[in-house]
Formats: sequence, C-alpha cells, structure tokens
Amino acid sequence: MEQIQYHPARVARAPSRLLDGLQRWLPKLVVAPTFVLVGIGVYAFMLWTGVLSFTSSSFLPVYDFVGFDQYAKLMANDRWLTASVNLGIFGGLFILSCLVIGVVLAIFLDQRIRQEGAIRTIYLYPMALSMIVTGTVWKWILNPSLGLEKLMHDWGWTSFSFDWLVSSDMAIYTIVMAAVWQASGFVMALFLAGLRGVDSAIIRAARVDGASLPLIYWKIILPSLRPVFFSAVMVLAHIAIKSFDLVMAMTAGGPGYSTDLPAVFMYAHTFTRGQMGLGSASAMLMLGAILALIVPYLYSELREKRHD
Amino acid sequence: MTDVVRPGFRPSRVAIYGLLLLAALVYLIPLFIMLVTSFKTPMDIRTGNLMALPTDWTTIGWTKAWSEACTGVQCEGIRGYFWNSFKMTVPAVLISTLLGAFNGYVLSKWKFKGSDLFFGMLLFGCFVPFQVVLLPMAATLGKLGLANTTAGLVLVHVIYGVAFTTLFFRNYYVAIPDALIKAARLDGAGFFTIFFRILLPMSTPIFMVSLIWQFTQIWNDFLFGVVFASGDSQPITVALNNLVNTSTGVKEYNVDMAAAMIAALPTLVVYIVAGKYFIRGLTAGSVKG
Amino acid sequence: MNRMTRTLGALALSSALMPLGNAQAGEVEVLHWWTSGGEARAAAALKEMMVAQGHTWKDFAVAGGGGEAAMTVLKTRAVSGNPPAAAQIKGLDIREWAKLGFLTSLDDVAAQENWNQLIPPRIADVMKYEGHYVAVPVNVHRVNWLWVNPEVLARVDAKVPTTLDEFFTVADKLKAAGIIPLAHGGQPWQDATVFEAVALAVLGPKDYSRAFVDNDMDVINSAKMEETFARFAKVMSYVDDNAAGRDWNTATGMVIKGEAAMQIMGDWAKGEFTAAGLTPGKDYLCAPAPATSGDFTFNVDSFAMFKLNNEDNVKAQKDLARTILSPEFQTVFTKAKGSIPVRTDMDMSDFDACAQDSMDAFRATAKTGGLVPSFAHGLANTSYVQGQIFDVVTNFANSDNPDPAEATDQLAAAIQAAL
Repeated sequence: MEQIQYHPARVARAPSRLLDGLQRWLPKLVVAPTFVLVGIGVYAFMLWTGVLSFTSSSFLPVYDFVGFDQYAKLMANDRWLTASVNLGIFGGLFILSCLVIGVVLAIFLDQRIRQEGAIRTIYLYPMALSMIVTGTVWKWILNPSLGLEKLMHDWGWTSFSFDWLVSSDMAIYTIVMAAVWQASGFVMALFLAGLRGVDSAIIRAARVDGASLPLIYWKIILPSLRPVFFSAVMVLAHIAIKSFDLVMAMTAGGPGYSTDLPAVFMYAHTFTRGQMGLGSASAMLMLGAILALIVPYLYSELREKRHD
Repeated sequence: MTDVVRPGFRPSRVAIYGLLLLAALVYLIPLFIMLVTSFKTPMDIRTGNLMALPTDWTTIGWTKAWSEACTGVQCEGIRGYFWNSFKMTVPAVLISTLLGAFNGYVLSKWKFKGSDLFFGMLLFGCFVPFQVVLLPMAATLGKLGLANTTAGLVLVHVIYGVAFTTLFFRNYYVAIPDALIKAARLDGAGFFTIFFRILLPMSTPIFMVSLIWQFTQIWNDFLFGVVFASGDSQPITVALNNLVNTSTGVKEYNVDMAAAMIAALPTLVVYIVAGKYFIRGLTAGSVKG
Repeated sequence: MNRMTRTLGALALSSALMPLGNAQAGEVEVLHWWTSGGEARAAAALKEMMVAQGHTWKDFAVAGGGGEAAMTVLKTRAVSGNPPAAAQIKGLDIREWAKLGFLTSLDDVAAQENWNQLIPPRIADVMKYEGHYVAVPVNVHRVNWLWVNPEVLARVDAKVPTTLDEFFTVADKLKAAGIIPLAHGGQPWQDATVFEAVALAVLGPKDYSRAFVDNDMDVINSAKMEETFARFAKVMSYVDDNAAGRDWNTATGMVIKGEAAMQIMGDWAKGEFTAAGLTPGKDYLCAPAPATSGDFTFNVDSFAMFKLNNEDNVKAQKDLARTILSPEFQTVFTKAKGSIPVRTDMDMSDFDACAQDSMDAFRATAKTGGLVPSFAHGLANTSYVQGQIFDVVTNFANSDNPDPAEATDQLAAAIQAAL
C-alpha cells in the first residue's frame, strides 16, 4: 500500500454541485455502453429467439403463432432427448472431473516443487488450443485403427481394446476426456493462485492444535476457497455449454446421434434443416435448464459477497 | 502457505513428484503426437503408429501448410490469414479488456442500486450459446452497415467477451480495501482520478489475465469468424477448417497437424511466455477471496 | 488436365463469348465448399474462365459437413442484406430460397443458350421456380454405384454381384476369408446413401419415388419398407467395427489398398481411384449397385444465383451461369470430379469407361423412368425431411439390435412430423 502516492494538493478541487451530480451519474454512464451492448446482444436476441419458438419459422423467420407446437415436437424427438441426457452426463462429469483434478494438482504443486513453473506451463498450455484442434487430435488418438489401440497392438499388447469412440454407448465419455484434458490445467491455475493467497496464520494455528495435513486441507483451506470454486464453475459451465466445436471436430454427433448435444441439435435444425422454430424452441429449453442451475448459484454467491 | 508445510518424509515426496510427472506426461502426449506427425511423410503416417518418431524427418508438411495447401479455390496455404486474425483479435482484446476494467471498477467501488443485479445479468449472459445469436446479430450488423467488416467482427467479440473481463476485474477490485478509496474521495479525488491514479497502476496482474484469456478465446473462435467475416478477411481458424475438413483426396495428416500448430502458435506463445503473469494475476486477485 | 490446355480452353471460350458483348467487368462472389486438391483445381478452372472474360472472382470457401457450415454462413449473409452472387445450393433448397425472393431469374441466359434442349426435364425442374430458371446445374453424379477391387474378389473366386442375394453370398465368402466385404464410413449421409441403394433395389424406382419424393405414407409405412430395413441391416453387417466417423474417401482407400472388396458410393469415388493412378475396368470396376442396373439415382451440384444491385456484377453473374454450362467447362470440371456433364449433347469419347457407362445410363433412364433423385443428397425433399430420415437411418445402422418394424414406424413418424 506504500506505493500509492497521491498528492492531496493536486487532486483536491472545490466541490461544486455540478461535479457532485456528475459523480453520481458517472458510474452509471460508464457501464451504460456495456448495458446497451449486452442488453441487445444477449437479452434482446434471447427474447427474439423466444418469440420465434412460438412460430412456425422454417428457413428464415416468419411471425405467426403456433402455440406450444414446436415444444411438443421437441419432446417427441428422440434425438433431442438423447442430446439433453448427453448434456447432463457431459456437463456434470466434465465440471466435476476438472474440479477434482484441478484441486488435486494445485495442492500437489503447492508443495514447494522444483521446476514448478515448467510443470505449470505444461498443465496450462492445452487451454491455448482451440477446441477444433483438441477435437481433431483426440479423434485421432482414440481412433481404434489408427491411434491408441493400434499403438498398444504394435507394442505387443494385442488384446488391448479401446473402441469407445466408435461405440454408441461410450462415445460421449471420450468427449469428456478430451474436454477435461483441455480445461483442467486452467482450473489448476485458478486453485494454485487461490492456495497461494490463503492466510498462513490459520494454518499454523491448526497445526499447533495437532491437525493433520489432509484434514487441514479438507476442513479449512478448501472451504476458504469458495470464491475460486465459483470462478472455476463459471468458466467450466461456460465451456461445457459452448462445447459445440469439440463435438463437431471429434464425432460430429456420432456414431448415429449418440454424442449429440443441445447446441449441436439447435445448430443443425436452425441452419442445416431450415427449421428455425424448432431450433429456437430447443435453444429456449437449453437456456431454461441453464437458468435453473446457474441462477440459484449466482444468487447465493453474490449475496455472500454483499455480507462480506 | 507453503512456508508452513514442511516436506514430509521421502516416500510421500516421491509420490507427489510421481503423480505430477505422470500428469505432465498425459498433458504433453497429444502435443508430442501433433509435432511428430507434422514432420512425417504421409506414407510414414499410414504405415507407422501414432507415437513413432519419423523414419524420415521432413518439413514438407509445414511448407505445404504455410504456403501451398488449398483453402478454397486458391492454394496458398494459411499464411495470409495470420494477419487477418491479428487485425481482428488485437482491437477486440483491448476494447473488451478496457471496458471490463471500467465495469469492474464501478461494480466494486461505485455500487448503485441495481448494480449487483446488473452484474448477475451480465454473468448469466456468458451462457448464451453463440449459435442462438447468429441470425439476429447478422441482421443487426446489416442494418448498422457493419456486415462483413472486420469492425463488425470486433464488435461481436467485444459484446460476448465483456462479461468475462468484467468478472475478472470486479473480483480483483473487490479485494482492494474500500478504505483506500474512501480516503481518496475525502481528499476530493474524483471518479476517474481514483481509477487512473490508484487502481490502474496496481492492476497489471489482472490486465494480464484478461488479455491472455480474451486473446485465446478470440483468436481460437471459429463460429463468429466464419459467419461475420468473408473472403479476404477470414481469420486463420476458418482457413484451418477449410484445410482440414476437405471432402476428397487422401487426408494429409502431416499438413493438417502442421497447420493446426501454426494456427495455435500465437496462443501457445502467449501462454508459455506470459503464463507466469497469468498465475501472478490470479494470485493477486485472490488475496482476500 | 494441364494448365496449358485449361488456359487455351479459357481463351478459346472467352474469344467465343466476346462478341456477345460485355465491355464492363464485374465481380462475382462465389460461395462453395470445394476446398480439397482435385475439387479446388476444378473450381479454379471456372475462376480462370471468368477472369479471362475480364471479371473478378471473389472466392468464399467454407468447408465442412458437406455444406452445413456454408449454408449457415449463407443464411446470415442473406439476413444481413448482402448475399453472394452465386452459392452452391442443391436440390429443393433452391426452391426455398426462391420462395423467399432471394434468387434472380436466369431465363435470358437459358433462352440464349437453349438450356431447355440441353438439360433433361427432371433436372431442369429442380433448377426452376415457378417456371423460371434460378439456378444452373454444374454436373450430374450417379449415386448408385458399386465400386469393386477385382483382385480382392479373385482371391475368393467371386464375381461382381448383380442382386442383393448375390451380394450376400459374395460377402459371406469374403468374411470367411477375413476380408472386409464392404468399406463404409459411419456418417449419416453415407448410411443414407447405402440405404437408398437398398431401397431402390427392394422398392423399384416407382415406389422409391412415391416414398421419398411424394412422401406417400402407404409406401413408407409398408411391409416392403420393413424388408428394406431388414436387408439394409444385413448389408451393414458386412461393414467393419471401426466404421464410425470414417470419411468416405478413407473407405475408398480401403478398397484401393485391397483391405476391403467393395464400396457403395457415388461416382465421386472415381476421383480417388484416378488419383491413385488406377485404370477403370482393370484395376477397379464400376458396377451399378446390386439390383439397380436399370436405374440412375442422380445428384446434381448447382449454383443458385442471387439478386444483385450492381449492374456490372449482374452482367458478370450471367456470364458465370453461361460459363458453367459451356462445353469447355463441363469437360474440365467433370473429368476432375468424376461426374458426367449435364448437357446431353456432349461427346463422351474422351471420357473413361465408367463415365461413358454413366452417360449411357443417364440418357436411357431419362426416357424409361429409372432416373430418380437421390434423397440422401438432398435432391428429393427439403432438408428438414432429409434430416429426419437421416436420424432414423443412422440410428438404425448404429444400433446393436436393429428392429426393422420399429424403424419403419419411426421413419413414418419422422417424415410425417416434417411435412
């Protein structure tokens, strides 16, 4: 705090009513551009999508009213049901795995490791790659006839088999693997930074009381990292929902449509199949699910901050 | 925190190092595969396996990717698109970061009625799938006369990136004691003065975080690039897609991998060189949760 | 096709067209997804011909998904008010765009060049909306081909199958010998391509049209359709386990290398064989897909022309349409792509054996009624109906316990939902 220098003489100015008024409006003015941009770019467009979901729009928008027709069609669509279930499996597994792996790696890296910088960079770099690149490389690695399975066979382990990528039941888990590979390093970085910020006085006190290290982590340190969990979950959930590129590059929704996700379904129907009404309905349902999950979380975290 | 934890007895240190190195291997293997494949010949790739080193090291994959591969009617590789991506990414990163800084400042130090709600709604906007906004955005850009321009693409990236930059800056500024700000106000310092004289100088770490995050997101974006840019101003991700997703001919994996590496180079460099600032920035931001 | 010949051709063409008079040069922005070696070069020939006429070509290539990404981009461009001059739009989608008022009329070029005489009516219909030409066909693909590696068949002493039962016998022999009978890539459109070949074999061209063009529920939800699914399941049982997600050209590669014996694929597969330096009739055989020798499933690539404001560009656009159907371009392009020209007046003596067979079949079936549109490639229905069929077919192809009766019901429901 010593580095801050400001000279009262230089910055002080005679208070005036105009300036006071301006100071009150200034903060709102400053966030106004963002308010407008996001208001239109996100909320107005979402509203428009909502409106479209009640129309029979096909190729391009058409503004008639067909009630809940599109939603009914959606519920009867097997591909949509598969996609929804997949989002649950993928999203849940992805977020959980990244959190666990990220926390574990961060804790281990925090133990005064030599070459910590290099190891950190190795964990972090996958985030720099685009999801298309990740999907393409992992598609190749997990391809039974070209990748891992072939490698094992070449190395002598001929009974090894890993054909998840081409199996309707297991393909979704390969997508989880690739996504976790990409994002867990970032979560590790978030937690490592958080761990570095923990107050050592509390730890010392706990050690004096005889608590073991794992217990200290579990009961004291991790709970104090709640804000970091918040940031991590926000980032991960964002990635999970956006995982359109990864699926398209790895399996294109296949085999069949067993790795379809709502974002892919929405894209296919709105653009390729010329069914904007149906696509919009699927987008609204997707947003609804996100709303149901994220808003309570946002609310609880932000409220905590106010009481701090 | 680390000064309290004394390294325990040998076996557990071995276990820790073991796990860390195993993890490092898992993270590195795909990169190794990409690199090694890019230096092989197509024959070598077909007959050999993923991890084998090239029998004949060759740079033909790289030269082809850079200047000869077909990305449309023209077969000039992806080198031209590099500049396009920069032209688009740099302004978008700078603008969204600046906006985020101001927003974060306001939302943490100059709260007004409804500012928390505003923040919440901003965050919720992070979750809008981009496919949903393609058509309305296209119509809007068309009306604004920005359709198919780099400026339009920059605007799009700013809109959808500002929520994250605001999140970063707000969390960072929240950790700075309010007392500091109050003291400055008592001395008569105004809104902008406090920002530029006090907060900005100590914001370097979080600026790095925001710049790195935004650069990666925007450079690697494909969807907005393919829809809102055209022809000569397409970013490198679009060229890469055209190159890799060809529908006829033998798949030249060496060219594909080389092209993917070239496209990923700037972001990789950013992460490797600026990685420590990233951690530093995140650390500084979490001083008080 | 070497550069010299192409350039000479372009020059010849342009000098032939010059007298028709266009002093101003315009620009055409062309949206397409021909981004790989052979196709790109074929498209480049078109660009050169346009440049030789004094126009500029603005390339707008978007690869991926057989046009999916390109269609997305096209819609956003149209919505934002500046569509390209020409876009690679196929089949019934042309009608959709025309209905919305985006496409311009090419009747003047059609009259000048006599398109009604040159293009078979069944195909001309796809290019027209309310009687006006709004799109120009580039080439004709035959989809119901069976590609065979004779050396592999010789290994098990088998002949090229001409019926589905013969196919099953040959396939069993191959399987017993440890060879993959049918090379295939597990992607929805490829599953659909094989399915439509089987459907054509089981239903015959008339019922095929009733089911997939007219969407007649009596034919869709029938015992014959169940039989189609059952036979389709049997055909798919001869595909190897790693087919999921495989690209079609990789599957062709398997036939070329002798790892697999046969592939059911459209005539663009020929490009792969040619690129590998193989000769038709000797190193590889092209036969009609089993039991479809009297039929021709057609797939036509086409460019739809959008309404433009700039007069110079409109001129350039008309020249583009004219150039596409010119004999010179038709020859260059189809030779590179493996397809056959759309013009029925072309001299085919310079083409290889498979292309000549294809053209003979094309001309013959145009008269007999065996010329049917490929639904797997968007020539028979809207993309919505096509998508619905894809979902059912690919799900069936990938399921562990395929149930033909259930699939038939699903198909009927799926198509009904999309009508």
